[in-house]
Amino acid sequence: MYEGPVQDLIEELGRLPGVGPKSAQRIAFHLLGSDPADVARLQDALQRVKDGVVFCDVCGNVSEQERCRICRDARRDPASVCVVEEPKDVLAIERTREFKGRYHVLGGALDPLSGIGPDQLRIRELLTRIGEQEVTEVIIATDPNTEGEATATYLVRMLRDFPGLTVTRLASGLPMGGDLEFADELTLGRAFSGRRTV
Amino acid sequence: MNLYRDTGVVLRVQKLGEADRIITLLTRRTGKVRAVARGVRRTKSRFGARVEPFCHVDVQFYTGRTLDVITQVETVDAFSAGIVGDYQRYTSACAILETADRLAGEEKEPVLRLYMLVAGALRALSAGERDPSLVLDAFLLRAMAFAGWEPAVTECARCGVPGPHSSFSVAGGGAVCTGCRPPGSARPSAETFSLLAALMHGDWECAEASGSVARRDTSGLVAAHLQWHLERQLRTLPLVERRGREETAAT
Ligand SMILES: [Zn+2]
Ligand SMILES: [Zn+2]
Repeated sequence: MYEGPVQDLIEELGRLPGVGPKSAQRIAFHLLGSDPADVARLQDALQRVKDGVVFCDVCGNVSEQERCRICRDARRDPASVCVVEEPKDVLAIERTREFKGRYHVLGGALDPLSGIGPDQLRIRELLTRIGEQEVTEVIIATDPNTEGEATATYLVRMLRDFPGLTVTRLASGLPMGGDLEFADELTLGRAFSGRRTV
Repeated sequence: MNLYRDTGVVLRVQKLGEADRIITLLTRRTGKVRAVARGVRRTKSRFGARVEPFCHVDVQFYTGRTLDVITQVETVDAFSAGIVGDYQRYTSACAILETADRLAGEEKEPVLRLYMLVAGALRALSAGERDPSLVLDAFLLRAMAFAGWEPAVTECARCGVPGPHSSFSVAGGGAVCTGCRPPGSARPSAETFSLLAALMHGDWECAEASGSVARRDTSGLVAAHLQWHLERQLRTLPLVERRGREETAAT
C-alpha cells in the first residue's frame, strides 16, 4: 500500500478492464516519472472522450458528429447493414476490408441475467431504419457466444417479415464462446465472405 | 496441487481481465462453485464454448487461493444448442439459472436436489417438446419446495383444511380457505389451482391440457410467490417471454 494520491491513482487504474494490480502500479509510477506535458496530453484526451464523443444518430457508433464517418460516406452501400454489439466490433470488421456497407451498433447483447432485454438495446432503431430506408441485406455479426447467438435468434425473428430483405449470419470459423474482438482478421474475413442466409 | 472433478451446469459467466472469465457452476456434489477459466474469450480457446451458460459439463478444478481454477472441461449435454435458437426458451432458461444461483446459498454447500431440478429443466427446454413457460413454472415451484417456501395448493396454508379452495394469498402462503382468507387474496380459477398442483407433482398430461388463461394466471402467481420470498427482485423474470409470438399476434 502506498499513500495518498499515488494509491488513489493505482486504485483508479486498477478498475480499468485488463489492468491488474501489478500493471496499475507500473502505470502509476510511469506517470509519476513522466514529463508534465505528456501527462497533460493524457488528461486532455480523457476529458475530450467524455465531452466530445457522441453516438451516431443513424447507426449508434461512436462519432464526433451527429452522423459518423461511415454513415456520411457516400461510397458505403446503404442497402447493406451489418449489425454488431459494440463499437469495437465495427473496428474489427473494418480491419478486414471485406465489408462495403454500413453498420448498426446495438449497444450490447440480449442478456436477461444482466437485466438486458430488447428495450435496452437499439433494436427498435434498427427496425425503424430498415422500414424507412432502402435496406436489402442485414448481416448479423453478434458475438459467437450464448448471448450473441440468442440476440441473433431474436433479430432473425423480428426481421423475418420485412419483404425483400435478406438476413445473413456470419459463417463458422468463429468458434462459440469467443468475443468477436479476439478473432484474427483472416478468420473474421472468412466468416464474412462465407456468411449464410438465416 | 489439489485437484477435484465434478459435473455441473454453468449458471453464470463474468469477464475477468483481458481474456479470462469467472464461471459460476452448480455442481452435483460440491454445490455452487465459482472458478476461473483462463483465456476462454480468445476465439482459439480450447474450451471456451464449453463454459457458456446452460452448458452441462464435467469439470476438473484445482483449488486456488481465492478462486478455484478450471483445468479441463468435457461436455455432458450441449443444452445451449436447443436453447439459444428460440427466444422464449432462452429467456426461460435464464430465469432458471438466476433462480438457481439465488437459491443455492453459500458456495460449496451441496445442493443435489437443486442441481437435479436445474439439469432436468434445461434438458426439457433444450428438447423443445414442452411449453417453455410450463417448464419454467414447474421448475420455480419445485425450486421453492427445495427452499422450503412451496405454496400450499390443495390444503389451506393457514389452518390445513383440505380443499379445493378458491383463494390464493402470496403473503398467506398459497391456497387459503374462506375462513382464513386475508383481504386482497387472489381468486384463481379451479383450472389454475389444478395446473399449479400438476406442475408441482410433474403431472405433464394434466399440465399440457390446460388453457392459456390458466397458464398465464399460474405464471403470475408463481412469480409473485417467488418474488415475495426473495430479498432482491430477479432481473430475468420481467424479461421472460411468456408466449410464442404467433400466439401474441393472434390476440
Ligand atoms: Zn453512423
Ligand atoms: Zn384455513
